[in-house]
Amino acid sequence: MNQEGAVIWTPESVLDEIRSLLEPYNPNGAEISLETDFSSELNIDSVAAMNLVMEIEDKFEIDIPINQLPDMNTPKDLVDIVLVRVNK
Amino acid sequence: MGLFDKYNHIIDRHSKLDDFDVDPFNVCVERVISPTVGVINGQETILVGTNNYLGLTFEADCVDEAVKALKDYGTATTGSRIANGTYADHVQLEQDIASFLNYRAAIVFPTGYQANLGILAGLADKSDTILLDADSHASIYDGCTLSGATMIRFRHNSPADLDKRLERLKDDKSNKLVVVESIYSMFGDRAPLDEFVDVKNRHGVSLLVDEAHSLGVFGDHGQGLAAEMGVGAEIDYTVGTFSKSLGAVGGFGASNHPLFETLRYTSRPYMYTASSSPSNVAAAITALRHIRTRPELRAKLWENAEMLYNCLSDLGYDICAPMSPIIALRIPDEETAIYHWNLLFKAGVYVNLALPPGAPNRTCLLRCSVSARHSSEQIGYIVDAFAKCSAIISPNAHQRAAVAL
Repeated sequence: MNQEGAVIWTPESVLDEIRSLLEPYNPNGAEISLETDFSSELNIDSVAAMNLVMEIEDKFEIDIPINQLPDMNTPKDLVDIVLVRVNK
Repeated sequence: MGLFDKYNHIIDRHSKLDDFDVDPFNVCVERVISPTVGVINGQETILVGTNNYLGLTFEADCVDEAVKALKDYGTATTGSRIANGTYADHVQLEQDIASFLNYRAAIVFPTGYQANLGILAGLADKSDTILLDADSHASIYDGCTLSGATMIRFRHNSPADLDKRLERLKDDKSNKLVVVESIYSMFGDRAPLDEFVDVKNRHGVSLLVDEAHSLGVFGDHGQGLAAEMGVGAEIDYTVGTFSKSLGAVGGFGASNHPLFETLRYTSRPYMYTASSSPSNVAAAITALRHIRTRPELRAKLWENAEMLYNCLSDLGYDICAPMSPIIALRIPDEETAIYHWNLLFKAGVYVNLALPPGAPNRTCLLRCSVSARHSSEQIGYIVDAFAKCSAIISPNAHQRAAVAL
């Protein structure tokens, strides 16, 4: 936390949260790395991807425009997007 | 790598339908006998998935006026509204819709899909923000995408979630447009429009409501759900379609905004497409008169909806939403849904099959849409068919559920 009591997010802590949010989309328990491809490895379709983004928005209390969906292919992409927004 | 390789997983999924006589997504109606009966695969079939809520497709004067327009104006306009494609009836229909919904102006489009494209891409651009309900129709998503606006999704039918997001955006200077539907096409659930109006007023943003499935179905004169809930005057923009309760093809946008008609020369989906055929426009004008003046059609529609809803509920089906003319049944998995659809089809009943991602929340649906023209005998036949099918399916479905557990 910083001096105002707000949580300070790091790439590692954001990734941990994203891994946890990905669990419902990963019924086979595949290992989630920074480079795991949502579409080919987790079979996440366009609607599921939008729902995942909504979970992330709620977790971090941010808004992520769905215009950015084409740029969200791996956990690393999500970590980068979240860090930009939480540290604004 | 070929152009179609990206569809391999969809092609694989679709190939599972080859085991059945009929592809639920490629049904050909060989002959139409009435608004509720068609011939498919040589078999007379009761149609319970046509969105033909008031059954006006064969209404005598709708057909007569369409034929007259065909003879008077020809088969097509062959042009855009901004060139040679505006005929007197296009203008008449726009005036009729504006008057019907108490708006200053209306603009008609060749389809409901294009109406959403044209209105959304006309109203917003990359400098604006659109907040849309998560379960919005594809035409809304596509219209928002075409606009280039920043798109923020809020949780389905949740004014509180919209409120939270607008609060987070309070320092953002972009214009904001909230987009919801009145009745959602897949589940048939209705939006709390009064609460959305409250949120949009508190935040000083605009609200667009798509009344595609509620026009002609709700309200004393069929103006839609906003009118029924007493908030019609609070809706900044209404979009609707002619292809459901009006039994024609086309769509519209309507508003009180004094600059609304600017869209006629700024909205590309309006400008760069041929206008509706004269016969279609004539049918829509005539059907609108029926909607305005014949509340008995709505009464019969709701009577039929209640009968089918209660009977399917009694059979133990999991119905997605409170009673409306859209009765969507949640089926546990894709395999069962396809099998069930085929059993119904063989029994002479056509409903819609919806599979993910076409339906929200990875749901598989058998979706019925009731018509005022269904007779009580037809409703009885439909219920019997469902009862027989569910008796065949239930043991298997339960087995599968047990294995899954």
